[in-house]
Amino acid sequence: MKSGSNLEQLLARGEFVVTGELGPPMGAGLAAIEKKAEFLRGHVDAINVTDNQTAVVRMSSVSVASHLVRLGLEPVMQMTCRDRNRIAIQSDLLGASALGIKNCLCLAGDHQSFSRAGKLLGHPGAKNVYDLDSLHLLMTLKTMRDENRFLGGDPIEEGMPCRMFIGAAWTPLAEPIPFRVIRLGKKSRAGADFVQTQGVFDVAQFAEQMKKVRNRGIHEQTAILAGIIVPKTAGMLKYMNKSVAGVTVPEALIKRFEGKKGPEATAEGIKVTAELINQVREIEGVRGVHLMAIEWEHKIPEIVTAAGLLPRPKIES
Amino acid sequence: MIIAERKPFDELFEMIRPYDRILVLGCGGCVTVCCSGGEKETGLLAEELRLACATHGLTKTFFEGTLTRQCDPEYMEEIKTPLDQVDAILTLACGVGCNFVTERIKERRVVVLPAVNTTFYGATEEQGVWAEKCVGCGNCILHLTGGLCPMARCAKNISNGPCGGSNRGKCEIRQEIDCIWAKIIERMTELGRLDELEKIEPPRDWSKTRHGGPRKIVREDLKL
Repeated sequence: MKSGSNLEQLLARGEFVVTGELGPPMGAGLAAIEKKAEFLRGHVDAINVTDNQTAVVRMSSVSVASHLVRLGLEPVMQMTCRDRNRIAIQSDLLGASALGIKNCLCLAGDHQSFSRAGKLLGHPGAKNVYDLDSLHLLMTLKTMRDENRFLGGDPIEEGMPCRMFIGAAWTPLAEPIPFRVIRLGKKSRAGADFVQTQGVFDVAQFAEQMKKVRNRGIHEQTAILAGIIVPKTAGMLKYMNKSVAGVTVPEALIKRFEGKKGPEATAEGIKVTAELINQVREIEGVRGVHLMAIEWEHKIPEIVTAAGLLPRPKIES
Repeated sequence: MIIAERKPFDELFEMIRPYDRILVLGCGGCVTVCCSGGEKETGLLAEELRLACATHGLTKTFFEGTLTRQCDPEYMEEIKTPLDQVDAILTLACGVGCNFVTERIKERRVVVLPAVNTTFYGATEEQGVWAEKCVGCGNCILHLTGGLCPMARCAKNISNGPCGGSNRGKCEIRQEIDCIWAKIIERMTELGRLDELEKIEPPRDWSKTRHGGPRKIVREDLKL
């Protein structure tokens, strides 16, 4: 085992895995985290903890992931290259590993200009770092884990290994689409044990990309978890289709939400999510799903029930 | 060339307020080409300042001059205004000129002030439009990227792009910015060299950039 995380064990056993997501609070309390976490307990195998997503200041992913470990849950700590250089990144990884965090997802991170949105002022004037890119971050984790040394070459102290199950993000359907498979291959070679994709709505197009992935044998090196964004309204789908990189929503799917509001739209959202899960599950090489409920963590139990993903497999400790 | 933009007039007017005798000093180099600090702009700025002072009832004297370049010692002698009659130099050169004039003038009580915001190394895309093409990172990789620079032109200076935010050939931060990685892929495809982008570029050594401290080149073969 590389890190021995639940996620790694379940994938090794050939289980179809389910991961969820938890956005840390814009404050210094643990109650909000615990509330969200309880909706996910028993319904997903691991929980992504976002790292200042959209460049908005939130509680750090290391500390929230560490708290999830204390609660007996399994985090996938997200780490971006936007806010830390290679020194801070490796230092945080040592701490995370020591605190029992066993999965890390390597990302470039949203640009700081994203932080001013809606009612938020954000920090668009912040200086970004990007000392490493996301592939370099994967290489860093792999070097620390497999060679027991830091990126610069110094050894990690004996008896204190830094072991992570290494994750990456993949946007399969953003242009330039043919290059996305090449870049996934690079991430796989750089060290990605698993990838979680951007939200998939166009299953047919995703299946085409997966065929190319299989032709290159990437799926044998890296477990691919299809990203599923829970749709809420027709407006949300239209917005994502127009503005979110790599998200294309088929017209027919948007139509299913038109004229629906409140509980009716919610029910349709859960139904569509369950359908999407079962459609991507049929694609060879898809080893699980990553559910992005976006502040709808409380709907996760219903969604996984509707998708027939319960009960989640147990881990022998 | 180095691209600079003149600072807003009000900011300059506030900047010169404490001084009575001001030399407005242009540069015949890059800022002349990008129309922000050449002889013409220097004359215009001096005139604008004279007018504003007259309007506000302020008595100040403005001198004018433009050096061939403000970044070479040999042209410092072109400053014709006797500096003992001056309190401040308002330079329209880039930041290099402002630093260099500060270090070189013998009249040490004279303050050198910047009239422009030095912005980037760029090219003229069309009349009145300049765009950044290089960041002077000190370790050129353009032979690997089809002649287009991800260090200067990717918002995240990614070595192995494009990132997940690249959308329909545009950058995630603003729709009017091209995703340079989309352009690099296009160019490498055109050259029949796309397979070279399968190679993973290792982490960069930033010590050759400004992160390694202020840089200096010494060419022994050229020294006198």
